[in-house]
Amino acid sequence: MYRSQVLICGGTGCTSSGSMDIKKALEDELKKRGIDKEVEVIRTGCFGLCALGPVVIIYPEGAFYSRVKVEDIPELVEEHLIKGRILKRLVYHESIEQDRVKSLDEVGFYKKQMRVALKNCGVIDPENIDEYLAFDGYKALEKVLTTMKPEEVISQIKKSGLRGRGGGGFPTGLKWELTAKPVADQKYVVCNADEGDPGAFMDRSILEGDPNCVLEAMEIAGYAIGATKGFIYIRAEYPIAVKRLSIAINQAKEYGLLGKNILGTGFEFDIEIRLGAGAFVCGEETALMNSIEGKRGMPRPKPPFPANSGLWGKPTLINNVETYANITKIILNGADWFANIGTEKSKGTKVFALGGKITNTGLVEIPMGTTLREIIYDIGGGIPNNKKFKAVQTGGPSGGCIPAELIDIPIDYDSLISIGSMMGSGGMIVLDEDNCMVDVARFYLDFIKDESCGKCTPCRVGTKRMLEILEKITRGQGTMDDLDKLETLAKEIKASSLCGLGQTAPNPVLSTLKYFRDEYIAHIVDKKCPAGVCKALLQYKIDDEKCRKCGLCARSCPVSAIEGKVKEKFTVNQDKCIKCGTCMTKCPFKAIDKK
Amino acid sequence: MGVKTIQELEEIRKNTLDRVNQRRDRNTTRIVVGMATCGIAAGARPVLLAIMDEVEKLNLKDVIVAQTGCIGVCRLEPIVEVIRPGEDKVTYIKMTPEKARRVVNEHVVGGKVVEEYVMHIVDGKIINDYTVEKD
Repeated sequence: MYRSQVLICGGTGCTSSGSMDIKKALEDELKKRGIDKEVEVIRTGCFGLCALGPVVIIYPEGAFYSRVKVEDIPELVEEHLIKGRILKRLVYHESIEQDRVKSLDEVGFYKKQMRVALKNCGVIDPENIDEYLAFDGYKALEKVLTTMKPEEVISQIKKSGLRGRGGGGFPTGLKWELTAKPVADQKYVVCNADEGDPGAFMDRSILEGDPNCVLEAMEIAGYAIGATKGFIYIRAEYPIAVKRLSIAINQAKEYGLLGKNILGTGFEFDIEIRLGAGAFVCGEETALMNSIEGKRGMPRPKPPFPANSGLWGKPTLINNVETYANITKIILNGADWFANIGTEKSKGTKVFALGGKITNTGLVEIPMGTTLREIIYDIGGGIPNNKKFKAVQTGGPSGGCIPAELIDIPIDYDSLISIGSMMGSGGMIVLDEDNCMVDVARFYLDFIKDESCGKCTPCRVGTKRMLEILEKITRGQGTMDDLDKLETLAKEIKASSLCGLGQTAPNPVLSTLKYFRDEYIAHIVDKKCPAGVCKALLQYKIDDEKCRKCGLCARSCPVSAIEGKVKEKFTVNQDKCIKCGTCMTKCPFKAIDKK
Repeated sequence: MGVKTIQELEEIRKNTLDRVNQRRDRNTTRIVVGMATCGIAAGARPVLLAIMDEVEKLNLKDVIVAQTGCIGVCRLEPIVEVIRPGEDKVTYIKMTPEKARRVVNEHVVGGKVVEEYVMHIVDGKIINDYTVEKD
């Protein structure tokens, strides 16, 4: 057990400003003073504050020393580690705020957020209905059942301006109204929890953190449209969400909040869970309903729309998890409150799963109209390792990329569509200079090709052909004609596919072609991958000037592709090289480069 | 349990509010562990078990240990939050069972925040999650 830890930044920035010399000097000084067994010296990754480097942090105090020099070490050890006094001279405090923050609520990450759908997430125990009740749980249902007519509920939702959070952005109130109109002996309320976009986990988090708010909203929807039965369609890959939903349904039944004669008002509603096997197409509403009915999960043409003929041919209301998560708050706080959040045409907030090359990966909820810059820098904490921000991918395989030059765009339904992307369900994947845009497009198309159900030809065959062209380009065998072919195919697939999956499948290709055409051209004409991702276009080379001829690369190469002798010269045999990058990571002098 | 009337639900709301109250005006201490998929994947379950074990061992009264959903900053999981009566909420990040036992002993029992395990912010950045590169 060490009494103190000294962290020295070993990131590229600090190393080049001499942090490894400082580490050595510190270790020597500790030994000289005989405290090397009490104090641990640790080399860390980049703190992201390279301008202040070399950076040294001493725990447990967490004292932050910046621009430390080798000459400072004896004094630092004497003052801080032996006498236990923070060396004020070196602590950086001029323009920088540094602090121990006791609660997450005080951090920039939370300050720009607004939690509506996620209000209870991370606060209450999701397996205890009493805790949900304590934060006004089931009060919205009580208000609706005891004081409102179904038409009033629908008019409130319409007035709030809420639009579907699954991606399409259809006005929720209008959907409710359309489903309320038809007269039928049975109607259904369905919750679409088949979250399939790679990198998206908003719905899972809501169901895991606050399952009751979705149940309550489905009951309100049932009352509004005249349905007594609800289904939650959720993928079996979400076992924790499924478990917590089942617990919530059982607890609600015990309290009489689900079932017959709810709250003594005579209203009846029951909810069942249906597990999906994880096919992406089952997030499409008609395929989802086929799957609930026990049929193969394939879409069917619309119209008829689910509002008229849905599950088992009955009028069916189908909304996404996050859409439902907003309902109780609209009922309790009023439509005007909700309509005041966001922009003119996109009301309320949106939850995003922030992932990829971003410091604060996680779940964020922001008012509509927040700019991409605020999300990436103020909330997301910027791009790690001092890399350059390149683009954001929104909407998953149905969406597109927002390039760095459009970083000040407000995030709402219409702005995103106007630049060729879409809101999607809320996956937001941040890309930096190390991501190849052709490869990103290839990744999504590969996903779509696997997930296409095969019912209609444009999607089944067209996406496969597009993928083949993209693979050709990443191998350096593409021609400029291929770009035109890609665009023609993309337009035809969009126009002629049966369902949303095919109609949006070309979007990742079209938007990368629009904003990053030069990268495609680099692959085709120069036979180069500017980001260094596409393996066929890369060559690992040893820089003779930097190389110290130690032979470490040759010894660690798994296919013995590096030839040469210690103290003489080493070269990479390009025929044998499998481009795994091991030599590059092993080289202590950064003498190996990929181009 | 059993079917509840509107009045009975209101009773439950009132009686449970102290459990979930995030403000200082509460009577019991609440320890929550982020137990969404992200938290569990980062190792929240042994942390929760260690806290429950420690609370039982020390025979602590008026301490509620609860799990909760995604707190949002998945990269700092496992996250443990402690709210004591009359005090502001404290967020501990990157927890382990050992760290959690220390928090129960020093903070929940002793009333002293374990400063090393809370967030350290420099220039608006949370810097606790340095990665250690062993030579």
